[in-house]
Amino acid sequence: MNINWKWDMFFDAFPFILKGIGVTIGLTFACFLFALIFGFVWVLLRRIPIKPINWFITWIMEFIRSTPPLIQLFFIYYAWPMVPGVGASLSSFESAVLGLGIHFSTYIGEVYRSGIEGVEKGQWEASTALNFSTGQKWLKIILPQAIPPTIPMLGNYLIIMFKEVPLASTIGVVGILALADTYGTEHFRMLESYTIVAIIFLALSYPSAILINKLEKKMNRRFDKKAAIQD
Amino acid sequence: MTIHAIIDVFPVLMKGINITITVFLLSAIFGYLFAIIAGLCRLSHNLVVRGITSFYVEIFRGTSLIVQLFWLYYAIPMLFNVGIDNRLMAGVLAISLNYGAYMSEIVRGSILAVDKGQTEASIALNLSPFQRMRMVIFPQALRMMLPELGNYLIQMLKATSLVSLIGMTDILYHGNILRSTDLSAAPTVYLLLLLFYFIMALPLILLTRKGEQISKKGVAR
Amino acid sequence: MVEAINKINRSDMKYQTTKPIVEYKNVQKSYGDVEVLKGLNLSIYPGEKVALIGPSGSGKTTIIRMLMTLEQPTAGEIIFDGKNLWHMERKGKLVPANEKHLRELRGDIGMVFQHFNLFPHMTILQNCMTAPIQVQKEDKESARKRSIEMLEKVGLGDKLDSYPNQLSGGQKQRVAMARALVMRPKIMLFDEVTSALDPELVGEVLEVIRDIAEEGDMAMVLVTHEMDFALDVADRVIFLDNGVIAEQGSPKEVLEESNNERLQQFLHRFRN
Repeated sequence: MNINWKWDMFFDAFPFILKGIGVTIGLTFACFLFALIFGFVWVLLRRIPIKPINWFITWIMEFIRSTPPLIQLFFIYYAWPMVPGVGASLSSFESAVLGLGIHFSTYIGEVYRSGIEGVEKGQWEASTALNFSTGQKWLKIILPQAIPPTIPMLGNYLIIMFKEVPLASTIGVVGILALADTYGTEHFRMLESYTIVAIIFLALSYPSAILINKLEKKMNRRFDKKAAIQD
Repeated sequence: MTIHAIIDVFPVLMKGINITITVFLLSAIFGYLFAIIAGLCRLSHNLVVRGITSFYVEIFRGTSLIVQLFWLYYAIPMLFNVGIDNRLMAGVLAISLNYGAYMSEIVRGSILAVDKGQTEASIALNLSPFQRMRMVIFPQALRMMLPELGNYLIQMLKATSLVSLIGMTDILYHGNILRSTDLSAAPTVYLLLLLFYFIMALPLILLTRKGEQISKKGVAR
Repeated sequence: MVEAINKINRSDMKYQTTKPIVEYKNVQKSYGDVEVLKGLNLSIYPGEKVALIGPSGSGKTTIIRMLMTLEQPTAGEIIFDGKNLWHMERKGKLVPANEKHLRELRGDIGMVFQHFNLFPHMTILQNCMTAPIQVQKEDKESARKRSIEMLEKVGLGDKLDSYPNQLSGGQKQRVAMARALVMRPKIMLFDEVTSALDPELVGEVLEVIRDIAEEGDMAMVLVTHEMDFALDVADRVIFLDNGVIAEQGSPKEVLEESNNERLQQFLHRFRN
């Protein structure tokens, strides 16, 4: 079997495809930021102490989480403008931020929730005993303890979202995958183009994953120590 | 979005349901298979076996599923100058290799999480290494894996929507065709598609919750 | 020195006519820089009941774990039933034992663990039946029958289909003993089998061990902190300290008559 690999095409395509990296990374962070903020919205909504609403929110989250983000993107990009009354036309980039942002906000919301549930009951009781207001309780006591342990998990989601962002090429966001498509079709060299995309993803996500892993170990140690002192 | 439109759209989407379900089932079967094989190989004492498996896992975890799908479908045939035009194979391989890599970490972690005393007791009873794994360690590790493996089942179901991008005629493919001929049908089309996926995911969601209950019992950690 | 040897001979009288079932020959064991055993020489005879006592870290558990092939000696040899446990002969040379060699020998060794190590996903009966069927290729019916008999003997005939997590610690440990006994080992190792139990459950477990001991023909090595029990059941008591045998002899000699200072300190802690 002949191996049909052309290095000249590889080096020709590389700078062309790399031009999309700004869009890819920019979109990743935009989606991530959106999900970070919207995740809080889910947490707040789920704390509404009315049973049917709570149930409804839980299933909405389940719905968003268990349906394909690709179709959610299509819905926002193609269908949303057609919805009478509320519908509005969004650019590809905006649609992607909204679509992937909302999709992942349901995961991020769960991360926050686990962080909040991880704060000991005694902390709530103590802050009540010290007569903090509800706002003070959250801002000064609970969140400062709930958020730091979730940072590695959030970091993991950043990497996961980075790898989901190429989905946006299907609605016309011109990141590295879309440029690889273009180059590949024009020169009929899909092999080198897609290999370059894979290499770029690997080069960025693998070191990040190692970094997050280290951070996680460090955090675990820190919080273990804390727990030990509390004992 | 009227009832009339739904009645028009529904049968069109249904034409793709076979493909979607076939891709899902095959991906799940091969995904679990790859996960178990790779998970066990990463625990092997053989450095070469471990090295090759780690390479596979890191490559597939480090890149996007959509990139892997395109690579398998467009690039592999070009690399070897072969004209295989098997979309089903490319789709199933991409999804199962990708999630197999993620799930192999769970397999490995669960096996390592089984209490060491279990291995020692099975050595004391003179079980062979294979028997130890098959009868004592793996059944317990499997219980621990269940919730996570269930979650990945839902992830794999979601991933099946990608195969329309390499031209497989799944439900999304038919939906996209409909939308391209009549843009005003788009809300109905995509809402129905999302509902389709949600209805397929429901049993999996419930299954995963069941798995969580089972995993709490019968494991020595 | 001569006196010490005489002592050993006296206490071994009952068994020394036969060949030992286990011989430790200058066995050493280190974990990194930490030397746990510093050249152990020890023979155990068929049917003999040996109690190993000593402070934690003295290496007593390591001794039986090496015999069960759970840990490999750093140096020295262990001869079990006339065969070298951790080495085998290949082309006239001694090479480290492979799994096949180990499996041939450890079929005659049984062990009961501090934390029971029952298989949580199997019923009590399955816990006992699995190894005879899988390892000894015994037919299912006879393995089942013997397992039930053994479970009845340890007083758990009514729990056959229970799962381990439905039992008390004492019951679990009795199942663990039945599970080991069904394999009909020539020697049984007990690794602090009562240490993880609530005080009120210790008695029922010791009772079963006493019954097993009275049946006679199986050798037993007990790593234990139950001095009174050792005095009662053992033929020989060995006191380990800092990786060496510091004192050994009949239970009476070691536990009541010895004037080894370290032993006195050790016993003092337990007597109060």
